[in-house]
Amino acid sequence: MDALAAPADSQWPLWEVFTQEAQGAPHEHAGSVHAVDAEQALQNARDVFGRRGKVISLWVVPTEAIVASAPSDAGPFFDPGAEKAYRHPYFYKVPKGIRVY
Amino acid sequence: MAPDATPDEPETGAGAPVAPRIVPVTTTLGPLRPTATSGQPADAFVEYCLRLADDRLVLGHRLSEWCGHAPILEEDIALANIALDLIGQAEAFFSVAAEAEGRGRTPDDFAYFRDDVAFRNAMLCELPNGDFGVTIARQFLWTALQVPFTKALSAASHAQLAGAAAKAHKEHVYHLRHAADWVLKLGDGTPESHARVQAALDGLWPYTDELFYADGVDAAVAALVGAPVVTALREDWARTVEAVLRQATLSVPVADWTPAGGRLGRHTEHLGHMLAEMQSLARAHPGAQW
Repeated sequence: MDALAAPADSQWPLWEVFTQEAQGAPHEHAGSVHAVDAEQALQNARDVFGRRGKVISLWVVPTEAIVASAPSDAGPFFDPGAEKAYRHPYFYKVPKGIRVY
Repeated sequence: MAPDATPDEPETGAGAPVAPRIVPVTTTLGPLRPTATSGQPADAFVEYCLRLADDRLVLGHRLSEWCGHAPILEEDIALANIALDLIGQAEAFFSVAAEAEGRGRTPDDFAYFRDDVAFRNAMLCELPNGDFGVTIARQFLWTALQVPFTKALSAASHAQLAGAAAKAHKEHVYHLRHAADWVLKLGDGTPESHARVQAALDGLWPYTDELFYADGVDAAVAALVGAPVVTALREDWARTVEAVLRQATLSVPVADWTPAGGRLGRHTEHLGHMLAEMQSLARAHPGAQW
């Protein structure tokens, strides 16, 4: 057996954790935890990410359910947007009284 | 020296006429007081608070022994969190006791400068951690009572005591969710996890009877501030425990013996060893700060 082969992952499945700090604010990625099921993922997320700050809500998502763009996608995906100013909402004024997060 | 003394006699001091000097114990240790290990305590309210606080301090310390040793990182953090919750609760109840006692003692004095015979925790809390199954079973059995107990106590007429109980109640609801989830996973998991947690429950079950010990202290504090008497919560506790065990495919143990005495200061040999370690720093460096 190849001694340099990556060892099999002996950890439990990975879950991504999203925390919300205020009502109406977005859930933001905080990190990840290992857990065998959703209930345990929620509890571990609470213990690892929810105990110190002002977290009011948690999401946990199986890491394998997330589809990510590859680094090689970056050029075709994102570069063409840079010079198309008309795609950005720069030409509007935000009315008074609208809260921006 | 007399001129006729034998110079060869060894100087052992044997047969010397001077009696050995005996130093009375009281000059080194201060006046000796009898230890209150039984009988009616002077102040039932203080005693009631110490029973609450000592359960939490001792169990919190036991849980803290897992720090760095739990099966996975996330569980290590979870157990340390619960340990800190319990030690924080202990401090709150010690503060209530200290104020009622009025002798200027602090929570640290209660935690670090009392010996095992002065501790009033139930023996379930002081038992060694054993394997993970024992720790989880102990946590589950104890917390299943604390959830209804702290809820009832938060309605007491003593504001500070009720406030400490209300804060503790929120924490216990989470602790029970954590422990019950683990009982389900271990009981309904592999044959080995099932056997281990069942053995843990069987071994701990006799100690649960003491959780429902009540005496004149409880009656006095119930009359004084409307605090709950724990015996009234036994059925509630049994329903919670049995429902989880059944769902976890575990059997409810039957105890053919029950130890007693923790609430009066009579403990297993494990408490003294635990305190020796827990109190060593504070006793070596009294008043140390960082």
